[in-house]
Amino acid sequence: MTRIVRRRYLALKVDCEEPLDSRVVSEAVWNAVLRLFGEVGASQAGLYLVKFDEKTHIGVLRCSHKTLPMVRASVASITRIGNAKAAVHVLRVAGTLKALSRKVGA
Amino acid sequence: MKFTDLHLCVPWDNLEQAKRLVAKSAELGYNQIGVPLPHSLNAEAVDQLRQISGEVGLDFVTRLDLAPRSPDELLIGLRRFRRKFEVVSVLCNSKPVARQAAKDRRVDLLCFRSFDPSKRFFDRAEAELASASSAAFEIDMAQVLSSFEGRSGVGLLSRLRRELATAKSSGVPLVISSGASEPLLLRKPKDYAALTLLFELDEPRALEALSENPSAIVKRSRSKQSAWYVAPGVRLVKTRRDG
Repeated sequence: MTRIVRRRYLALKVDCEEPLDSRVVSEAVWNAVLRLFGEVGASQAGLYLVKFDEKTHIGVLRCSHKTLPMVRASVASITRIGNAKAAVHVLRVAGTLKALSRKVGA
Repeated sequence: MKFTDLHLCVPWDNLEQAKRLVAKSAELGYNQIGVPLPHSLNAEAVDQLRQISGEVGLDFVTRLDLAPRSPDELLIGLRRFRRKFEVVSVLCNSKPVARQAAKDRRVDLLCFRSFDPSKRFFDRAEAELASASSAAFEIDMAQVLSSFEGRSGVGLLSRLRRELATAKSSGVPLVISSGASEPLLLRKPKDYAALTLLFELDEPRALEALSENPSAIVKRSRSKQSAWYVAPGVRLVKTRRDG
């Protein structure tokens, strides 16, 4: 029997004065979840940075729907990416990539 | 839903930075900002800040942060400055000050900023006094965010969890404010509400602490400072001159 995994897609906007790439952003999100909720929490989150635009600093993060509050809290707790000060804002949340791109054009 | 940030540390001596911070606050979805000002600041500077806020559609609220060393100093401060500011918060650095602030009706916000649990005096007795005088308990999110960079976060979260449970059981209103002094410390109201998951505050209460509770404080204070206010529950409705 196949088990349907319900997912949530978060459109993120990263405020940072330094140039960023998807690897450092993904690492910052993972570190935030690990720091606040530990390895068990991170393993349940199903985190994946779907895309990240290096020019606009807008990206899409995927997580499981059950861990959405946890992921939102972790994302909001990010104050640094690499060595630079940063803030990550959640623009919108949707259940599918299509709905998310309709809402924010990400 | 209209959101209020009662503690936006706008640098009143640097207009460029002030503009950036205020604009960011508006961009993130706030409708009202409370700016802590020194009591000696002249009216022109306050008007300038009010204008900057007005340009981006924000309602500007003047705030005074008192950090008295004794209850007597607190009373003197309240007597001198209460009427000049719309919101008055007291930084409770000692137990006598915390108790005096909690029972004084002129105090709007109680702040406990120490990372040291023994210097945070928000216990059941404090909560009962605050509840009777309708002072609110303020959570400074910049402090919470900065605590994640070190080990102090563990102690602060555990203490906040206990304090919020005490506040809930005594009916003390909560106010969540940013405490941000730079744009990168600001978060959206819903992101702050998500962060409160860490100290077990449910989302509806967190949103209330970001919208209804702070705006009720401002509304109450403004009505008290209006010319029509007589006493709690008594307002002048019409004068003979009005016909």
